[in-house]
Amino acid sequence: MKPFIVLYLALLACFSVFIYQDNDFEASKVRGARIYSDFCITCHMPNGVGVEQTYPPLAKSDYLLNNRTASIRGIKFGQRGPMVVNGKPYDNTMMPLGLDPQEIADVMNYITTSWGNENIKMVTAEEVADVNPR
Amino acid sequence: MNKSVLIGCFFVVMTFISCAQKSDNDLKTPAITTISAELLVEGLQIPWGMAFLPDGSLLITEKSGEMIHFKNGSKTTLRNVPAVYNRGQGGLLDIELHPDYEQNGWIYFSYASEAGEEKGGHTAIARAKLEGSSLVDVEVLYKATPNTTKGQHFGSRLEFDDNGYLYFSIGERGERDVNPQDITRDGGKVYRINDDGSIPQDNPFVNETGAKGAIYTYGNRNPQGMIKHPGTGAIWIHEHGPRGGDEINIVEKGANYGWPILTYGINYSGTPITDKTEMEGMTQPIHYWVPSIAPSGMAFVTSDVYSDWKGNLLVGSLSFQYLERLVLEGTKVTYREKLLENIGRVRNVRQGPDGFVYVAVEGKGIYKLVPKE
Repeated sequence: MKPFIVLYLALLACFSVFIYQDNDFEASKVRGARIYSDFCITCHMPNGVGVEQTYPPLAKSDYLLNNRTASIRGIKFGQRGPMVVNGKPYDNTMMPLGLDPQEIADVMNYITTSWGNENIKMVTAEEVADVNPR
Repeated sequence: MNKSVLIGCFFVVMTFISCAQKSDNDLKTPAITTISAELLVEGLQIPWGMAFLPDGSLLITEKSGEMIHFKNGSKTTLRNVPAVYNRGQGGLLDIELHPDYEQNGWIYFSYASEAGEEKGGHTAIARAKLEGSSLVDVEVLYKATPNTTKGQHFGSRLEFDDNGYLYFSIGERGERDVNPQDITRDGGKVYRINDDGSIPQDNPFVNETGAKGAIYTYGNRNPQGMIKHPGTGAIWIHEHGPRGGDEINIVEKGANYGWPILTYGINYSGTPITDKTEMEGMTQPIHYWVPSIAPSGMAFVTSDVYSDWKGNLLVGSLSFQYLERLVLEGTKVTYREKLLENIGRVRNVRQGPDGFVYVAVEGKGIYKLVPKE
């Protein structure tokens, strides 16, 4: 009986971590949506498609989904110069937006899970804080 | 002549008229470029404002908060510039000299400021003097309230008129349903003050209970271009619309430009904001852009440096990354031309005291436009 109880408690602990992380993740996405409509929407558009030749897309963006740390760095410190997104070249400037680490984590969680994008690993404020300028 | 023929004629005439209006509003790209852009100041991030000093040197504001003195080819960062709230569209914004600068030395500038009790920031207007490489005698003349952490619509541009009044714009700070139509609140307004910050007694709302006395017009969204008309002396502005509906307006005492009750634009999401574009008691723009060019910076050409530009209006485009030249007949736009295609986000344009046009481009620097031989 004792091993069963231990196993039961261990499983319960695991599940609760998942459940709480899930809640945190969802809450972060909701906050991120507000940040997005405040700071990002004018260039990257409501559906994340950007503006061709001017502002790169976030929706189904290979750059965003394959370059998690570089994307955080871009939001945190600004992004400048030539880049290729979904096979198309862009050469523009995005200035740092003045967001704090939690706000950057929130907007990352929103944009990496919206418009068909998939990300199962929540971005945290700690992860953002650890990203340095290149 | 029977009725149906008359109606037929009417339709033909109306079709011609509407076609004419449409073609007036089309942007032309000239086949031959008559100017070249020479990079004068390089290595700038967001050169928001610029002002030419009498000695030919240049003051440049960087949105990040740096004020740069560009003299004899080198940049000096000035000390004692007030701290700015560098968030979203906020930061160090426009800069302008007093019309009697050579006598009194006053430099005016606008910036997003955290001063005040609430978290966040709002637009402030200040003046100071330049001593060596430092600002001195810094005086804050106006600070909008309340602060907010929202990232949008601080404005701001500054301009003096022929009577020495200082006009400035403050955007509606992302609160379109709260600020622009309420003259007891800051934001979504053009303001007029005396050069020492006091409020002129003939401002339109000084006698209205609770109203902000510095307000001169309301129902604006986010004006980032302001220039005195060289002929009439009137203050002209342009302002960002939502999606579509950027406007050029002429500042008139007490006027309501209608935002957000009227607009030629729609929400970013594509849903309508209003079905109204005009209404009794609200002032119409003299020009509007659909789609939005995201206008920033505005200058009239008054010099003879460029063969056929005299009297034209120049406007920077952030989103489409070019400089627009507008030909006017009185207050009517009759021709629009695209210059400096794909040069980058054009933040500002001014005519220098030497008659040349200077264009500030984000991530690049300041270009001087030189006519080709």
